Amino acid sequence: MSKIVRTITNLFTPFIFMFGLYVIVHGHITPGGGFQGGAVFASGVALLIVAFNSATVQRYLKEHHLSTIESSGALMFIGLAFAGIAITFFCNVLVGSSIFGQIPPEGSNPGFIWTAGVIPLMNIAVGLKVIAGLSAIVLVMALSSSNVRIEE
Amino acid sequence: MTKSLFNIPFLAIAALVCISLYIIITQRNLIKLVMGIVILESAVNFFLVSLGYRSGGAAPIFTNVPQKLMVLPVPQALTLTSIVIGVSVTALMLSMIILIYRHSGNIDSEKSRKLKG
Amino acid sequence: MRKTATIISLGIVIILFVACAMLIHPFGQPPADMDDYIIDNAQTETGANNVVTSVVFDYRGYDTLGEATILFTAVTAVMMLFRATKEETIQ
Repeated sequence: MSKIVRTITNLFTPFIFMFGLYVIVHGHITPGGGFQGGAVFASGVALLIVAFNSATVQRYLKEHHLSTIESSGALMFIGLAFAGIAITFFCNVLVGSSIFGQIPPEGSNPGFIWTAGVIPLMNIAVGLKVIAGLSAIVLVMALSSSNVRIEE
Repeated sequence: MTKSLFNIPFLAIAALVCISLYIIITQRNLIKLVMGIVILESAVNFFLVSLGYRSGGAAPIFTNVPQKLMVLPVPQALTLTSIVIGVSVTALMLSMIILIYRHSGNIDSEKSRKLKG
Repeated sequence: MRKTATIISLGIVIILFVACAMLIHPFGQPPADMDDYIIDNAQTETGANNVVTSVVFDYRGYDTLGEATILFTAVTAVMMLFRATKEETIQ
């Protein structure tokens, strides 16, 4: 693409990635969560693919690395679901304990980050999964319509 | 059962579903067919969210909320799942259209019907 | 023949949908027993300020597990459709 598009993309991409990670991590206080923040991050990757060549992006972001990140996100989600298996399947075991276990006061309050038990960790796991999955879909479709061979 | 004649959001959803069914039945170009399916998915998500609205309610988040009356949270959670499923189905349909175009050279659904080797 | 069948069936569908849209509850007053319990008890039971996130990951976490499986299957299927086959690599 032209010089103006490439310069503006170089300026804006760190802010888009930082906003996506902010929406993922603050999912239990403000509107947002794993799926919404992952979609914002993947649209930043789509902006990179449109502004530069898809072959250039593929040199730095190979598909088998993306597949590893997505599988580790899925395994972390299932591991957190099994963490409270002593009581029931999706039990929230960390409420009231030391790590993430404050309970916020009743009614309207400014938000506190170290609350909500297992939920912020589940947000991070699902966010990794959605980032890797949507980036892989956009990258593979852009590569196939520009006649570049895709490695397995 | 209370009936009311002016449920305007539900009448708008009925109109969207009928428009998308007309597109799916009569269009021959494959890309326009995919657009009709995407309009149907959007209409269903809109219906789910508008089922849970309470008059004068605020968003169901307790951070700095100005009043006590809140909208119902469960339909919004179901809509999240439905949006992700819609994205997955659309990605698969568009990939198959790319492969059909590579194999038989055009995207008219009447001409690329017969199975070839 | 095809046009008249299309118009008749779409007419029946339109009439049925408009009749259903008038029979649902009035817009703005939904029946809300389960959601009142969730709004009153979500802060003490789960400890999160965001009631929608606590519904998605705690009260109905099984649906989120199914949705993560669907996303994984779709990504695997797209990557399988676009791989290089044997006759392209030999040439």
